[in-house]
Amino acid sequence: MSAASPAADGAMESVESFVARAEAWLPDHLPLADTTRMENGFGSDEEELANVARMRATQRTLYDAGFAGICFPAEYGGLGLTLAHQKAFDEVSAPYDMPTLINIPTFVPCGAVLLEFGTEEQKRRHIPAMLRGEELWMQFLSEPSGGSDVAGAMTTAVRDGDEWVVNGSKVWTTGAWWSDYGLCLLRTNWEVPKHRGLSVFIIKIRQPDIEVQRIEMINGSREFCQEFMTDLRISDRDRVGDVDDGWTVGRRWMFHERIAMGGGSPYTSGKPPSHGAGATGRDHLLELARETGQLDDPLALDLVGEARTLRRAASELSARVGEGIVAGAMPDTAAAIGRLMSGVVNERIRTIGADLAGSSVVAWADDDPAALFGVEFLMRQSGSIAGGTLEMARNNISERVLGMPRERTLDKDVPFRDVPKGPPAAGGETR
Amino acid sequence: MELTLSDDQQFFCDTTRRFLATECPIAQVRALASADAGFEPGYWRQGGELGWTSLLVPESAGGGSVSGSGVIDLTIVADAFGRHVAPGPLLPTNVVAATLGRDGSGAHADVLAGLLAGDTVATWCGAEHALGEGATRATRTADGYRLSGVSTPVEAAAQSQSFLVTARLDDKDPAEGGLGPLVQFLLPAGSDGVTVEPLASLDVVRRFARVEFADVRVPASAVVAGDAPVADDVEQQLLHALVIQAATLVGAAERVFEFTVEWAFDRYSFGRPLASYQALKHRFADMKMWLEASHALTSALAREIQDGAEGVHETASVTKAYVGHHLTELLHDCIQMHGGIGLTTDHDLHLYLRRVVTERSSFGTPADHRRRVAVLAAGAAA
Repeated sequence: MSAASPAADGAMESVESFVARAEAWLPDHLPLADTTRMENGFGSDEEELANVARMRATQRTLYDAGFAGICFPAEYGGLGLTLAHQKAFDEVSAPYDMPTLINIPTFVPCGAVLLEFGTEEQKRRHIPAMLRGEELWMQFLSEPSGGSDVAGAMTTAVRDGDEWVVNGSKVWTTGAWWSDYGLCLLRTNWEVPKHRGLSVFIIKIRQPDIEVQRIEMINGSREFCQEFMTDLRISDRDRVGDVDDGWTVGRRWMFHERIAMGGGSPYTSGKPPSHGAGATGRDHLLELARETGQLDDPLALDLVGEARTLRRAASELSARVGEGIVAGAMPDTAAAIGRLMSGVVNERIRTIGADLAGSSVVAWADDDPAALFGVEFLMRQSGSIAGGTLEMARNNISERVLGMPRERTLDKDVPFRDVPKGPPAAGGETR
Repeated sequence: MELTLSDDQQFFCDTTRRFLATECPIAQVRALASADAGFEPGYWRQGGELGWTSLLVPESAGGGSVSGSGVIDLTIVADAFGRHVAPGPLLPTNVVAATLGRDGSGAHADVLAGLLAGDTVATWCGAEHALGEGATRATRTADGYRLSGVSTPVEAAAQSQSFLVTARLDDKDPAEGGLGPLVQFLLPAGSDGVTVEPLASLDVVRRFARVEFADVRVPASAVVAGDAPVADDVEQQLLHALVIQAATLVGAAERVFEFTVEWAFDRYSFGRPLASYQALKHRFADMKMWLEASHALTSALAREIQDGAEGVHETASVTKAYVGHHLTELLHDCIQMHGGIGLTTDHDLHLYLRRVVTERSSFGTPADHRRRVAVLAAGAAA
């Protein structure tokens, strides 16, 4: 502990003191962020693994210096400070190469879910390891047939004494090939309606009974993985929450994910580069317009100004929603508002990028300032699907914030075994 | 508006809203539509007593705020004005009062006192200069200035006793390339050479006019000299105008959103409430997002103006661009949700739409401000 808290008498360190310590410490211990990388940068597997290793090491450095887990409780290795400390730290650390990839999903939602539902043993085993960068976690949530119907999970765990036997597949797991643990939602009961037959487990990823396959995305990224679990045995000690009550855990899990994607979670630390544009970060679109000589074109100025406007609006909105939820002035479900905003803003900004780049989206030289804006445009919908689609966010807002009637479904109060899983076969049978 | 208000601010908010609901319900707004001034002097005087024109003026000059953050307090009033489509020259009077309050000379103390009491009204001619487009010119004379040009549209010009006029001095040698600095005058209404020509306008209770200055002789005593250079004063005036507009837009849109959500629950089609249709629920979700983002930006802007934050000009234009565009979309969407009735003057919606479009399109459209955002950013990054 090279920079122990001066508040050794038990009183909480002030935000000012904490920030002053961080400001003094950061320049000597963290490099500045490489802002020349595009958002969602990707490279070779070797580069990716080197990046992950560096991220773990940086997290450890932060931990040793007393800057990790700002809002995590002290008994699990955190600092037990407030959202104000975290936000202030985010500001001063913004120019530095922070390991923000660990924020989501390791700290949120996985760490946040363990804090709320984990056993004492689970918390002591995993949360300090997360904060030290030793355990990187992923979400084993989506399934190939599931889409947004997360509670329709069909990957099954069957109890066998003190163990469970898991069979099935999870998908869209970012970086499962270099991660350590998955928080996994599994079907433990087919005889009850879908929400009442789920349980949540901790799964160690790198082991023989899990096969991790990588998926190539439109932008060439091979971040996403699909995991096939065959007769995988896990201990009941790795169950999070009660048997068949996984949806209680799952709802909070998705709440934490939404609020983190909107930028309002207390458990994240440091700002990811895409949120940095503005006061301290780079504005790629402004630079593109400048480098391509468009700054005297009123239409280009309109587009650059629109993108900055939307980014700022998204950032102020997420701050408002985060504060509103913490203060009890907004329901937890308001997190969906920030999630929706980040999706629509990303879509629009990538369209603006394509328009400013002009025909360079079609073909480009390596040193073309517009290189990769076309690829980014192809990936435009990524932020509107990942983490729950914008349509689900809109349902959440209309139904759970505004209180409008739920959509009619055919799976309510029906044992999950009897819920239609596909179009009816000829003759009208549903299964 | 801020998510949480102090007790004093909450009381002020409640008082303002209650006063407007009692003194100026929507039926009264409709009745005032055909009245010349659009508001009653007695109503404005009561507003003065409630503090509507004092919030941006320091106590030393006779003003005072509720919380110590006058800009934030003023957004509470502007928000209430939006919610009630209230009449009265809130924006121009506050812009002028703030300017006179900053002018430490005390030369215009009597005018300021009248504005603070709500006895008189003043307006702001020359907003164009704040956006770099002003064409009003002033020339120095032996005992003052001569003023020529046009300012339009000017709110409440025909109802005002004083005009705060911005002009550009043309005393700089053209050979040196360009015009002189900005200057501001406080002119009494009815000065020789000033013509006020009423215009038709969208808002039912706000009156606008074209004001022409034809060789107006202005005494040197009319100059408004703030401590800061006039250009900074003009920027400050624009900031105040933009934050009042943003808060008004938010108040109006929030009220419309509230009664449109109620309507969606009450109105049945095909045996179901409108609120049960996913196609419509998703549009309501978007509207809620625009509304909360607009609240967030407006609060951020009010705080930054109050604190004199660096970057406040970009925040102001970001706010006007976002709030002006998206809350106008919200109003049009709410009309869509109402169907045919929303297009009639029988429904109150049009009163709100008129207010919202008035705020959207004056002191710079969303497109103007998006370009301004880019220009400010390009300048800052260069």
